[in-house]
Amino acid sequence: MNTLIYLIPIALLLGGLGLAAFLWSMKSGQYEDLDGAAWRVLDDGDGTAKPGHRTEDRQP
Amino acid sequence: MSCCAPGTEGALEGAGAMPSAEELLLASRDLGDGLRQTDLSVPGVHCGACIATIEDALTALRGIESARVNLTAKRVSVRWHEGQDFDPKTIVTAIASRGYAAHLFTAPLAGDDELRNQLIRAVAVSGFAAMNIMLLSVSVWSGAEASTRDLFHWISALIAGPVLLYAGRFFFKSAWSALKHGHTNMDVPISLAVTLSYCVSLWETIHHGEHAWFDATVTLLFFLLIGRTLDHVMRDRARSAITGLARLSPRGAMAISADGAREYRPVEEIAVGDRLSVAAGERLAVDARVVSGTSDVDRSLVSGESVPVTARPGTQLEAGVINLTGALVVEATAVARESFLAEVIGLMEAAEGGRARYRRIADRAAAYYSPAVHLLALISFFGWGFYDGDWKHAMLVAVAVLIITCPCALGLAVPVVQVVAAGRLFSNGIMVKDGSAMERLAEIDTALFDKTGTLTMGAPRLVGRVGSVATAGEHRPTNQSFAIAAAIAGHSRHPLSGALAAAYSGPLPQIDAVTEIPGCGLEAVTPEGTYRLGNRGFACGGADSREDGSAMSEVVLTLDHRPLETYTFEDRLRPGARNAMDSLRKQHVEIGILSGDRTAAVERVASMLGAERWRAGLAPRDKTEAVAACASSGHKVLMVGDGINDAPALSAAHVSMAPATAADIGRQAADLVFLHDGLDAVTFALDTSRKAGRLIQQNFALAIGYNVIAVPVAILGHATPLIAAIAMSTSSIIVVANSLRLRGRSPETADNAARQTPSVGMVRPA
Repeated sequence: MNTLIYLIPIALLLGGLGLAAFLWSMKSGQYEDLDGAAWRVLDDGDGTAKPGHRTEDRQP
Repeated sequence: MSCCAPGTEGALEGAGAMPSAEELLLASRDLGDGLRQTDLSVPGVHCGACIATIEDALTALRGIESARVNLTAKRVSVRWHEGQDFDPKTIVTAIASRGYAAHLFTAPLAGDDELRNQLIRAVAVSGFAAMNIMLLSVSVWSGAEASTRDLFHWISALIAGPVLLYAGRFFFKSAWSALKHGHTNMDVPISLAVTLSYCVSLWETIHHGEHAWFDATVTLLFFLLIGRTLDHVMRDRARSAITGLARLSPRGAMAISADGAREYRPVEEIAVGDRLSVAAGERLAVDARVVSGTSDVDRSLVSGESVPVTARPGTQLEAGVINLTGALVVEATAVARESFLAEVIGLMEAAEGGRARYRRIADRAAAYYSPAVHLLALISFFGWGFYDGDWKHAMLVAVAVLIITCPCALGLAVPVVQVVAAGRLFSNGIMVKDGSAMERLAEIDTALFDKTGTLTMGAPRLVGRVGSVATAGEHRPTNQSFAIAAAIAGHSRHPLSGALAAAYSGPLPQIDAVTEIPGCGLEAVTPEGTYRLGNRGFACGGADSREDGSAMSEVVLTLDHRPLETYTFEDRLRPGARNAMDSLRKQHVEIGILSGDRTAAVERVASMLGAERWRAGLAPRDKTEAVAACASSGHKVLMVGDGINDAPALSAAHVSMAPATAADIGRQAADLVFLHDGLDAVTFALDTSRKAGRLIQQNFALAIGYNVIAVPVAILGHATPLIAAIAMSTSSIIVVANSLRLRGRSPETADNAARQTPSVGMVRPA
């Protein structure tokens, strides 16, 4: 019985962490362009594109 | 199947006018520090190669800070530094040089996107809650006793309470507004069941009861929110793609003030009587009369007339017309709000009324379903109450009935099918504005087509070359005169010149001194003599000739007024047009043509396609009336059209389709937009929506069948929370699995075949 006192909060905490991670990833725009993301993984990045700008051009 | 043959999509856009530097500046957003952002719609991007091509082309330019392509929305947002001699037009030309057409678009509605995010957040939160509560419930079901059970129930209550308020608010709001207006919808039983079951469970928990329904409450919410989110995402995605495709009316025009100074003015500030300068290749922003200059103008989007007409001083032109060959000075005759475009929009709004009365299948089902559910719950409440006098038990049974009948499977039945169907259509280049469009498409029995730009490509194609007798004696190989003609034609924006230049491949002779005489043709002075390429009267040295009434257009090449060769053009049919007509007829759909073009041209196309019913020379109002007449005789009409003149008819029809090359306003009015050239998109969409309709019916049958079994169990009082939860989830999963059957290989369309070869300029006359 006593183990429940630890297990339940731990279960809720882990679940909550997952939820928080999802909400964060949505807020940071990772679901904005799902089709594009699938292709960008395959991009070697050896084009002339400047590195770094790809993650930060969300609209203000 | 690779998608990218750069150039095909771009060329498809044809003579579409590119936005000017002033327009781009007007449409960009100021980000501060001299940085500006421009959002462009690039309908041609399909894959990773397109992303890399466009981004690399743009970031290589000086003055551009960053460029990012959004493949889902088919957009590119570019940030650039103002000043530094940077011409914003280079953005568009850089994209165009890689074979993609770019358009400005109106900024998307931020609110729509926000709702989507809220819904997804609600799904995540309710999913989290459902999982945790289910974990605790399983412990209770497997035998947790007394104080442990109470503890678990209390924890469940604590999780479920806030989640209910947060994730359930969409249903509560919608149910409340429906009740306020005196009718019910699907959300009323949902809200009632969720609230009641929570309250009863809480009451049970306080009194150390054995059963609580928190798990069922939250799981129900979770499933319903998934359906709601899918529904929203589908509509949102397709609609934003359609609105994002392009905009038709220019944002401004170059005004000439009394002292001759030129100033770029936004279209709202143009008053009647203002003089405007319209360069070749620009679209007219307002209705206007030509003051000086001569040019050929393309009125095809306005009237359906595929042959360019000559504009002279005094000619009246509508907003949206493209000036092709010469510079014009025009005088505005109407402000933007009162122009031809505004009249069309008024007609559209008048026509929309008929369609607004259409009710979606889900709503129609809800109209019968929700009163029935309420009645059942009420009957079981009173039945049990009077039967054994235990009103608490009666309440529990009533809640069980509400939960078990709750339209969880019904809530998923429609959106899942429609999302799968819309995804299938989308991957075949057809965008659906919302689910009801597919429902309506499945019902049609008549299809009416516009001609120019819909049945035909709206762009002329070289179909024949006739050498003249005079050339025989000069030992000139015919191919050489063809090369000369193509080289001269390359200097003009006239559609016939474009078609001629595109039809020739091979080395071109260098011809520089080419002058364009609007309304007549081109003249090139070379050491060999003066070449003329244009209509017969001009080229042979006669007087300026008028357009004749024939269905074909011709261009003559002469050397010092001696004819060398005659080229004939025709507007070619869209690929797959004939197959589409045949398979429509096979599906018992009546076919008709409504066109604003000349009778001769329409008759030729009608006979080629075997359409018996056709009408020519129609104004926008006539088309709308023709559609309305067809509808009032009991037919469900599909209208397929592309021009501004089709827009009111598109709104008036039961359901409508437009090609992506259509005028912006035509796309806005249409329910479905197809991106590829092939007209078999129409049959594919019809086929898919009919299949989707059948699947939706099956899903309803499954959901109702489930209720037939589950409801008696609940009414008899045997539904424990476990049974309720299992039954509910199973029915939902079955419905989803059934919906996924719609996936599967799409047929090889004529368009896919056409894509193997470039779609423009592939003619090789013998």
